[in-house]
Amino acid sequence: MAETKIVVGKADDFKDGDRVTIETSNGRKIVVFRQSGEFYALLNRCPHRGADLCKGRFVTNLTSDAVGEYVFHGENRMLACPWHGWEFDIRTGQSYFDPVGTRARPFSVQVQTGDEVRTELDSGEASYTPSEYAAAVAEVGGSSDGPQPGPYKVESFAVSIEDSYVVVSLRAARPARAPRPPRPEEPIKEAIG
Amino acid sequence: MIDVDVHANIPQIEALFPYLDELWVDWITERAWRGPVMPNHHYPVASERAARLEWRPEGAGPATSVGLLQEHILDPWNVDNAIVNCYYGIEGLRHPDWAAALASAVNDWLIDQWLSKDDRLRATMVMPARDTAAMIKEIRRVGDHPGFVQAFFPTRSDNLWGQRQYHGVFRELAARDLVVGLHYGGTTEGAPSSTGYANYYVEQYGAEWQSFATQVTSLISEGVFTDIPALRVSVLEGGFLWFPVWGWRMNKEWKGLRREVPWLDRPPLHIMRDHFRFSTAPIDAGPPELMAKALQWIGNDDMLMFATDYPHRHDDDIAGFLSLLSAEARAKVMAENAREWYRL
Repeated sequence: MAETKIVVGKADDFKDGDRVTIETSNGRKIVVFRQSGEFYALLNRCPHRGADLCKGRFVTNLTSDAVGEYVFHGENRMLACPWHGWEFDIRTGQSYFDPVGTRARPFSVQVQTGDEVRTELDSGEASYTPSEYAAAVAEVGGSSDGPQPGPYKVESFAVSIEDSYVVVSLRAARPARAPRPPRPEEPIKEAIG
Repeated sequence: MIDVDVHANIPQIEALFPYLDELWVDWITERAWRGPVMPNHHYPVASERAARLEWRPEGAGPATSVGLLQEHILDPWNVDNAIVNCYYGIEGLRHPDWAAALASAVNDWLIDQWLSKDDRLRATMVMPARDTAAMIKEIRRVGDHPGFVQAFFPTRSDNLWGQRQYHGVFRELAARDLVVGLHYGGTTEGAPSSTGYANYYVEQYGAEWQSFATQVTSLISEGVFTDIPALRVSVLEGGFLWFPVWGWRMNKEWKGLRREVPWLDRPPLHIMRDHFRFSTAPIDAGPPELMAKALQWIGNDDMLMFATDYPHRHDDDIAGFLSLLSAEARAKVMAENAREWYRL
């Protein structure tokens, strides 16, 4: 199947910080953000536990070289998942926390097709069996040296403006997969002041 | 074999007179002062928690001389090195000059009566722990003595040890390769639990691990190891099975809250594995088959260092505990880990 385009709406209708979710004909939900002037699109599903990323908030990346010194990176391009606060770079969908152990190289913007990440990329879910998990943890001595890129990654989509319309390009559909377990219920939201 | 926690007790205040200025001898005599009160609260004189029956000499207090230590521990256990801790309760004193003078006297007594009498011994220097300038002064005075490998930090303190006013103290220690010895004890008004005082001895004694966990959390969160990468901390008499559980929780929280403490560039449990070691006494031992599983939580063989905690009695089944470890792990726990940690 060739690449498909979905027209989301007029570019001018998006204020900075706006977001909209769209659904493809085969039921995939995609969230489109206008953030810092640019348009980005991600699969509306956190690969960690499946939260709606459209409910996430943008945070400023903050680093430090010494106690009490803050390096404030002005661009708000890190999306914090509404459930656990894990940060994703909206430009690539890359997560910077990896509960299973770190491979030393960052993933490129293109979707990986390595066996180890295929399932997460396809379904947005971790698929390690307990023994695979233990093996992966043992390989890296029990913890990751984070924050750095792990295998979790939200699928991102190319967004373009054609004649001032925002357009999301879908990739070719992947081969059929085994059915996934049902998505967990969203936890009861606690009142947050 | 290396024993990382044996105690040296001041027999009576007069034992420190040779190491005190006349001013303070007079001061003590005038008041008939018998020494800081805190250790006696925690280790009532007749309690076996304070000293095993078989380690109570006739006509002297337990653990009051190097001869007793040789007879009870060093010779029978064939010990290569033992690290002497003097928990005297100096941190409870509020008089800044007296506290500093007494700390100096204890350190000089440790050098004179212990370190110089048996070359198997190393010691933990004590400090007037309410005053950072005085702490640094004492580190500069005796910290270069080759017998001192560690400095004593009572786990119940008025302020958490990770806070910034103490970073200068840690720098002085790291510059001399001295280990931070976080040890049972603390200020007279220091509560053992995070929410206050206990009503019973057993409760107070059992709650103390909470203050250790709080101190460890402070040291890591405050970025002490980001600023001072060479610093090492020993958790002495604080238990150890709680730390993997603490670490899993902290790692999880860090993922969502790390921007508050951006100087933490690694998961807290990872930092702990690099910068902390734990003494084995008291052993938080459960039934052997469950204990064997729990020891796997620790994740490697590097984190534990054997201690008798002489002359205390913890009812530890040391043989049972060691039987759960592989031969390689036993060798590490009994000696190698401490040898590497304390550069022995």
